[in-house]
Amino acid sequence: MSFPFLEVANVTKSFGHFIALRQISLTVKEGQTTALIGPNGAGKTTFYNLLSGRLQPSEGTVHFCGRPVSGQPPHKINKMGISRSFQITNIFSELTVLENVLVALIAHLGQGLHFWQIVHRDKQLASRGMAMLERLGLSALAGSRAGTLSYGDKRLLELAIVLATEPKLVLLDEPTAGMTPEETHAVIRLLRSLADEGKYTFLITEHDMNVVFGLAEHIFVFHRGELLAEGTGEQIKANPEVRSAYLGEEVEGC
Amino acid sequence: MRKKLQLGTLLLLAVGLVLLPKLSPFFIVFVATEILILGLFATSFNLMFGYCGLLSFGHGAFFGTGAYVAGLLLQHLQWDFFWVLAVAPLAAALVATLIGCLCVRLNEVYFSMLTLAFGMMIFAIAHQWRSVTGGSDGLAGFPLTRVGLGLDLVLANPFHFYYLTLVIVGLSLAAIYTLTISPFGLILRAMRENSERVAFAGIPANRYRLYGFILSGLFSGLAGALFAAFSRVAVPEMAHWTQSAEPILMTILGGSQFFFGPLAGAAVFLGLKTLITSYTSEWMIYLGIILLGMVLFLPKGIFGLFERWLGGRT
Repeated sequence: MSFPFLEVANVTKSFGHFIALRQISLTVKEGQTTALIGPNGAGKTTFYNLLSGRLQPSEGTVHFCGRPVSGQPPHKINKMGISRSFQITNIFSELTVLENVLVALIAHLGQGLHFWQIVHRDKQLASRGMAMLERLGLSALAGSRAGTLSYGDKRLLELAIVLATEPKLVLLDEPTAGMTPEETHAVIRLLRSLADEGKYTFLITEHDMNVVFGLAEHIFVFHRGELLAEGTGEQIKANPEVRSAYLGEEVEGC
Repeated sequence: MRKKLQLGTLLLLAVGLVLLPKLSPFFIVFVATEILILGLFATSFNLMFGYCGLLSFGHGAFFGTGAYVAGLLLQHLQWDFFWVLAVAPLAAALVATLIGCLCVRLNEVYFSMLTLAFGMMIFAIAHQWRSVTGGSDGLAGFPLTRVGLGLDLVLANPFHFYYLTLVIVGLSLAAIYTLTISPFGLILRAMRENSERVAFAGIPANRYRLYGFILSGLFSGLAGALFAAFSRVAVPEMAHWTQSAEPILMTILGGSQFFFGPLAGAAVFLGLKTLITSYTSEWMIYLGIILLGMVLFLPKGIFGLFERWLGGRT
């Protein structure tokens, strides 16, 4: 018997009297690039925090490939195959670009307690790290201090850290926020080609509807902490409830 | 170029330290021994501070534990010194495990305050448990004769003691250095910046902090054991918060972002202290003024200054 890839069942999250998410139930299919959209305050980031272990649901459960996610700490969830990025870029500024990726690789390969090994002499580690940087077009910057990168490159570096742990499900929180249109296009192309490789399943939150409709095969719409609608891009664009939730905001996109 | 310069300086320093007893009077050798021991203490403190980003204000607890366990083993069991040096750090590591379990969850000033509190608790035990620790008098007059391992060294001879210290501190620094360039060291450095990102990459961050804390406590305990043998006493002050403050000062003086910063800081601190006490008994005021100036004008420590010079040249 096969379990659903990601299954969220009746999840509610409240902070005191404020209910951030109410009775969310949804399923994400493996291999299907999925987007999570909604106006500000809809509960998207809270939802990510529940999936990645930063927060625990007040009610309900999250299962990943049949295993419970809720109740687990972030590092265990990562080991199960869920890796996430953050809305505010989250990298190691004082380390070099390559070292940033090595941290994730070391974690993934379980070499964190190799006290006797010299990181920079480990050829296997270095070549895997460089391959990842190559994939994201950052290899020329491998030796630079991460803090000196441009904003767009920092976002890419975070993506490299996220992918280096070889997750099955990748949660991206507004991956193109703050990027120039050219950078945004590059990221869309990159994510599409990564998705086509079939190794990763992406779940993306985004305000930029070009990105959403350009990438996602399936879309969930959150509104005021509730799941308002789900479906393909065409279905979502045609949904009157979604239109009124955005109230004048641009939903058509391109 | 820079690597060669570093290696050359290190080699020169090593040769200088080996030849020191041939070239300088007894008194200098005595000060050098103290610098080596407290330099090791400061370096192991910096494993937490500089690499992991956690300021412990209670490392005197581990230094003191090492000193007392060494004193007790020598006094009651007359162990060979080698075995004392093997066991005392383990006792300190055990204390670090207990204290660390409760402290590593906390960040910044909360971590510092809790380590300070636990440090003072160890001090209180050393101070109050008269029947074992000798109370405020501490332990004194323990015999220190054989090194063990068939080594024919006379520990009462300051030159012999200096060489033994040099070897042990040298090996310990090499071990700590290896740690800092290992995958574990990289994870520690990453956690200094962003322990949450590390956790979301699949590393149990608090557990790694604890491992770092235990290793730091282990080498602090070794320094404490050496210091007890060097000064021939184990007194409660060795676990006092003022003892915990010394490696902090030394590290900031030398530069926490450089591996040899704490050792250089120890040399400057103890050098100045020795120099000033030979002129005046009010050494603390003068030392304080000098340290204040150095911290104000050399925020990255002595090594930061070197780096600026080198940076200007290349």
